[in-house]
Amino acid sequence: MAMPNLLSRLWHRPSSRARLWQALALGLFGAAIWWLWTNLTGNLARRDLGIDFRFLSGRASFEFGENLAGYQAGDSFLRAFLAGLGNTIQVAVAGIVLTTILALALALVRLSPNRLARRLTGTWIELIRNTPLLLQLLFWHQFIIRQLPMPRQAWEPLPGVFLSNRGLVFPAPETAAALLPMICAVLVGISVALVLRRTPSVHGSRLYHFLPICLLVAPPLIALLIAPPSISFPELKGFNFHGGSSVSPEFIALLCALVIYQSAFMAETIRSGILAVPKGQIEAAQALGLPRFQLLWLVVLPQALRIAIPPVTSQYLSLTKNSSLAVAIGYPDLVRVSQVTISETGRAVECVSILLAVYLSLSLFTALIMDVYNRRVMRRGGAAA
Amino acid sequence: MKGIYGIPKKRFGGGIFDTPGNALFSLILLALLVHWGMGVWDWTITRGTWQAETAEQCARNGGFCWAFLRDRWRLILFGPYPFQEQWRPALALVVCLALLSASVSTWIWGKALGPRLLLFCWILGVPLMALLMIGGMLGIPRVPIRLWGGLPLTVMLASVGVSLAFLLAIALALGRVSKMPVLRWMATGYIEFFRGVPLIALLFLAAILFPYFVPPGWSMDTLLRAQLAFALFFAAYMAEAMRGGLQSISPGQYDAAQALGLSWWQTQRRIILPQALRKVIPSLVNIFIAAFKDTSLVVVISMLDLLGAANASTAEAKWWGLYIEPYLFIALIYLIFCSAMSAYSRGLERRLGIGER
Repeated sequence: MAMPNLLSRLWHRPSSRARLWQALALGLFGAAIWWLWTNLTGNLARRDLGIDFRFLSGRASFEFGENLAGYQAGDSFLRAFLAGLGNTIQVAVAGIVLTTILALALALVRLSPNRLARRLTGTWIELIRNTPLLLQLLFWHQFIIRQLPMPRQAWEPLPGVFLSNRGLVFPAPETAAALLPMICAVLVGISVALVLRRTPSVHGSRLYHFLPICLLVAPPLIALLIAPPSISFPELKGFNFHGGSSVSPEFIALLCALVIYQSAFMAETIRSGILAVPKGQIEAAQALGLPRFQLLWLVVLPQALRIAIPPVTSQYLSLTKNSSLAVAIGYPDLVRVSQVTISETGRAVECVSILLAVYLSLSLFTALIMDVYNRRVMRRGGAAA
Repeated sequence: MKGIYGIPKKRFGGGIFDTPGNALFSLILLALLVHWGMGVWDWTITRGTWQAETAEQCARNGGFCWAFLRDRWRLILFGPYPFQEQWRPALALVVCLALLSASVSTWIWGKALGPRLLLFCWILGVPLMALLMIGGMLGIPRVPIRLWGGLPLTVMLASVGVSLAFLLAIALALGRVSKMPVLRWMATGYIEFFRGVPLIALLFLAAILFPYFVPPGWSMDTLLRAQLAFALFFAAYMAEAMRGGLQSISPGQYDAAQALGLSWWQTQRRIILPQALRKVIPSLVNIFIAAFKDTSLVVVISMLDLLGAANASTAEAKWWGLYIEPYLFIALIYLIFCSAMSAYSRGLERRLGIGER
C-alpha cells in the first residue's frame, strides 16, 4: 500500500509532475538527436565519408566574377566561402540603405494630403507585397539581360557610367590605396567634430549647426585637391568594357528585387510608426508655429523612427536572409558558393552546416543588439517594443 | 484615415482638388496615369498578338503575346501533370478552395451545426482530393507524385504545410510560455533556430541532406520532404505569433479556470487557446500569405510549382525568349490569391475590433 500511495502523492504534486514532463521531453529530444546522429554517422561511414572540415583548405576550381575578398579559381574553398559571405553582406548593406530611403519616401507619400497619391502608393505597395519575391527577382534578371542594350549601345545616364546587359560600369579609383588620403581626411574631420562638440564656446554659436557638414565635407575635398586619386574610366574595347569598376547584371537584379519588395513592407511599418506618434506632439509643434517640413523632420520623424526601429531591424534581417534567393539567378552569394562546393566536393553535410551557422549567428547577433537597444530605450523611459 | 499632421480631414485630409497645390499635383498624377494606361492598352490590345505560332511572330508586333498564353496556359497551371488527366487537379483544386473558404467563413462558424458540418466535409474532401490527384483506383489511372505541378502543387504545399505547422506551433507556443524551464528552452531554441535561417537553406537540407539522416533504405519523395521543411519552418513563425496571443490573456482567466477545478489541458483547450488564437487570426493569415508566396522557392530544388511551370513553359524552342507573358500571368494568380486573403484578414481585424489603437 505504501508504494502506490507515494506514487500518487508524487503524481498529484505539481512540482514533481512538472519534473516528470520535463524529463520526458528531454528524453524524447535526446533520443531523437541520438537517432539522427547515429543515422548520419552510419550513412557517412557507408559512403566512406566522415565529417571533416579540412576540405576547406583544398583548391576550388570554380570561378565567379565579382567579389570583395579577391577570390579566384584555384584559391581555397575557405576563401570562396569568405568571398560568398562578402557578396551576401555587400548586397545586404546596399539593399538596406536603398530600402530605407525608398520605404521612407513611400511612407510619406502614403500619408500625404493628396488622396490620389495615397491611393496610388497604396496600390503599388499591395501589388508588390502580394507577389512572390522570387518571381520579381527572376523577372528583373530576365528584364536586364534581355531588355537592356548590348555594351556597344550602352546607356550612359551619367558621363562615364554605362548601363548595359552586361551590368553597370562606372569610374573608380585604380587601387584601394589611392583612397587612403580621403579616408584619413574623413577620420580627421570626424575626430575634430567630436572634440568641438564638447567645446562650450562653439556650442552656443550659430556655427554649431553647420559644423558637422563643414567638417565632413571640407577635409575630403582638400584631400581630393592635394592628392587626387588616379581614377580609371571604363572604355569600350571590342564587345565589352574595360577599366573602371563594374557590378554584374545579377547584382543589379537582386538589388532591384530586394529593394522594391522589402521597401513595400517597410513603408507600412514606418507608416504605422508615424501614425503612432502622440497627437499632442504634433499639436504642440503647430502651436509653436513650426512650418510643415520642420514639423515632420524635427518632431514627427525622430519619434516615429524610434517606434519603428525594432520591426525595421527584423525587416533588415529578413532582407539579409532573402538575399539567399540570389542562388536562383546565379549571383555568387554564400548559398550559391555552398551549392557549387557541394557539387564539386560532395561535402554536403559540412557545407549546409556552415550555411546554417553563418545565417544563425548573423540573426542572433542582430537579436542581441536589438535587445541591448530595447533595454536602453526602456531605461530612458521612451517607447519600446 | 487621419493625416500625419494631425490636422482634421476637412482641411487637409482626403482631398484631390481642395487646394491649388494639391490640384496641380493631382492633375500631374492623372496625366501620368492616363499616359501609362494608354501605353498598357497599346501594348496589350493594339499591338497584342492573338494568332501566332512562335515567339518570333509575336515579336513582329512588339506587343503582348496572347498566343503564347493560349497555347501554354494549361502547362503553367498544371505543370507536367498528364494533359488528358488535368481535369483531376482542377477538380481537386476547386474542392480544396471551396473547403478552405468555407472553413474561414465566420457565417458557417456562427451556425449551430456549422463546425460539425465542416469537419464532415473535410473528412470526405481530403480522401476525395487524394484520390483525384493520385488515382490508381476506380478506373482512374495512377499519376506519380513527381508529375504534380503548377497551381495545385502551390496550393497544396502552402495549405498542408500551414496546417501541419499550425498544430506544431500550438505546442511550441505553449512550450514557449511554459513555466517549466526545460520545455521553454527547447521551444525557444526551436523557434530561434528556424527563424534565424533562410528557407532556402532548409530546402537544401531537405533535398540534399535528408537521406543522410534516415536509416538506409528509407526514401521519401522530394515533394514530401519540401512539404515537411515548410511545415517546420512556418511553425516557428506561427508559434511566435501565438505567443503574442497567449501573453495577452489576463491572469484572471487562469485563476478563474483553476477556481473551477479545470486541469491544465482543460484550461488550455477550453479557456486559453480559443481566446489567444482568436486574437492572432490576422497575423496567422499574414503568415499564410507569406507561406503561399514562399512556396515558390521550391523552384531552386527543381520542382515545378506555379513559378517552376511558368519557367518551364518557355523552354520549348518556339516560345523561347518570352518571359513577361508567363511571369505576368502567374503574378496575377498570386496577386488574386494573396489579395483575397489579405482583404479577408483586414475584414476580420475590423470585425474582431483588434489592431486598433
